[in-house]
Amino acid sequence: MSQTIDTTAPGGSGPRQANGVAAQPRRWRLAAYPSLLALPAVLLLIAAMAYPLLTIVSRSFSEPEWGLQNYVWFFSTDVNIQVLLRTFSISAWVTLVCVIAAYPYAYLMTVVGPRMRLVLILCVLVPFWVSGVVRTLAWVILLQDSGVINSVLKAIGFGGVKLIRTPTGVVIGMAQVLLPFMILPLYSVMRGIDLRLVQAARSLGARPALAFWQVYLPLSLPGVFAGAIIVFILALGFYITPALLGGPRSTMLSTLVQSQVLSLLNWGRGGAMGVVLLVSTFILLALAAPLMRQRHKQASRS
Amino acid sequence: MTTSKTRERGAAIDIRNATKRYGSFTALDDVSLHIKPGEFMTLLGPSGSGKTTTLNVVAGFTDLTSGELSVGGESILGVPAHKRNIGVVFQHYALFPHMTVGKNVAYPLTLRGIEKGEREKRVRRALDMVKMADFAHRYPSELSGGQQQRVALARAIVFDPPLLLMDEPLGALDKKLREWLQLEIKRIHRELGTTFVYVTHDQEEALVLSDRIAVFNQGRIEQVGTGRELYDEPATLFVGKFIGESTTLRGNAETSGGETSLTVAGQRIVASNKLANGAKPVILLRPEKLSLAPGNKPQADSQNSLTGNISEAIYLGSGSKYQVTLRDGSVAIVRAPLEAQQFAIGDEVDLRWHISDCKLLADDERADLTLT
Repeated sequence: MSQTIDTTAPGGSGPRQANGVAAQPRRWRLAAYPSLLALPAVLLLIAAMAYPLLTIVSRSFSEPEWGLQNYVWFFSTDVNIQVLLRTFSISAWVTLVCVIAAYPYAYLMTVVGPRMRLVLILCVLVPFWVSGVVRTLAWVILLQDSGVINSVLKAIGFGGVKLIRTPTGVVIGMAQVLLPFMILPLYSVMRGIDLRLVQAARSLGARPALAFWQVYLPLSLPGVFAGAIIVFILALGFYITPALLGGPRSTMLSTLVQSQVLSLLNWGRGGAMGVVLLVSTFILLALAAPLMRQRHKQASRS
Repeated sequence: MTTSKTRERGAAIDIRNATKRYGSFTALDDVSLHIKPGEFMTLLGPSGSGKTTTLNVVAGFTDLTSGELSVGGESILGVPAHKRNIGVVFQHYALFPHMTVGKNVAYPLTLRGIEKGEREKRVRRALDMVKMADFAHRYPSELSGGQQQRVALARAIVFDPPLLLMDEPLGALDKKLREWLQLEIKRIHRELGTTFVYVTHDQEEALVLSDRIAVFNQGRIEQVGTGRELYDEPATLFVGKFIGESTTLRGNAETSGGETSLTVAGQRIVASNKLANGAKPVILLRPEKLSLAPGNKPQADSQNSLTGNISEAIYLGSGSKYQVTLRDGSVAIVRAPLEAQQFAIGDEVDLRWHISDCKLLADDERADLTLT
């Protein structure tokens, strides 16, 4: 398999193409079905996504017996509803914090020189290479009552603030972990915006703030939406960070699922929670879709 | 002219001793230029010559390191771009992709708080002027390059600025379209009476459009004048070579009895003017001032003559173009009307021209370096 792919992949290995004549018939076969190249990914998705998802859905209706009892339980338990709403609200806050933090950063990346840009990109990517658990534990040290932040606040004369085991602490930690997912799509859209458009707006009489608001911002919105969706959806399913930084009042749905499945071995209820989260995400995205539909094509850049 | 009334709408521009440095690089070096109200002034020069920098300074996108700049008699140094009320047309159109054509053109009017009815009227008038009225509801991405540039032009004139700046607006378009739009721009200039400042590196375009042309080279203005003045009376070798086709010949000069003569390729040539002492002379000849005669025929006293061989003969329809290689290897370009005697490659010919057309210029190697 790997050999046949090698001979047909664009820009594929040079030496192999040297035995051109012999490879000819085989190359023809694969060239006729280029979609076969997607086969590994399709197989992986079926095995690792579709099958488990179907299992979860079917178990949520079938354990311990067939019926809707798991869903009835979910919606008739106040705690579950509360946690579901909290999951959405924390995710929304995380998304908002990420947009506010990422927008100027991504803009800065588009205007600095190539060397500075590399530094900025590295600042985004290096945390990616550090395990999420390590980063979250670092946040524990920073946020705890006797931690770095509170020590500094006290040293300069402010009273301490409660951060660890509060929703605020969870939002801070999650926003830091998810920030790259906002910065990168934003940067890729912003890089495509022609800054001469802002200059044009100024020549037509728009003061700088107005030129930004009326020209640059609308053109950067696709990046904001793309990043927001990625961050929001990832935040909905976050487990480690809220579990370590949060307290009982900032439990998210993934923690409840974990306790149902691993502590209580109640696969049916855990499955039902997952399905509820999935379906409500779909509904939310469907509601947001009209907002994101672009009414224009992006200006082509030469 | 009927334009005397509308001409009042154009603003005069005065640039005095403008210098712009970026670190050690001098983009503008003590440039002074006066542009009359309603004039079509083209800033012509190769890339990096300072013409676009000058435009950006007037538009307010770039600050001067030193110098003065006034529009309509008032200094505008330090006035931010959005308060200058100057129309700008960019090479890459710079239409807002998220607004329709109509919204784009209405944008400067909206910013000025002009009420809806008046706004629509003026948008329609501007789009009519560039013949794009049927496209008001399209998005820029649905238009061709030429159409986009016409919309950009409408957007830049819709608020009646006294001055319109254009930065190579036709640079991205193909030749036929460019030639047609040049005539359109000329017409619009005539109808509006606004002062136009047009940046281009295309000397033909400059000749077609301009009342006057300022030739830029290496951050300085080499010469300002009408196209005819620049072509017939170039002040420097650079101008002579940049505008139109030309042949340059070099030789040793000597002055005796008020007459300057040169020895080119072993033959003596008489010049019509003298150079300042110390300057190395070069002769600049226009192809249509040269004529060809079969080799070694006697010439009139008022003519110069050099012997050479035809090295290329091109039929152009309206006439012929010849390359003549002289004895010293230098090449002359000659345009001959069809009714003149025709020659073939290899023929020995005498290259002739009137002494009065034989003007000496100071040799300048910058003229060659920048013409790559």
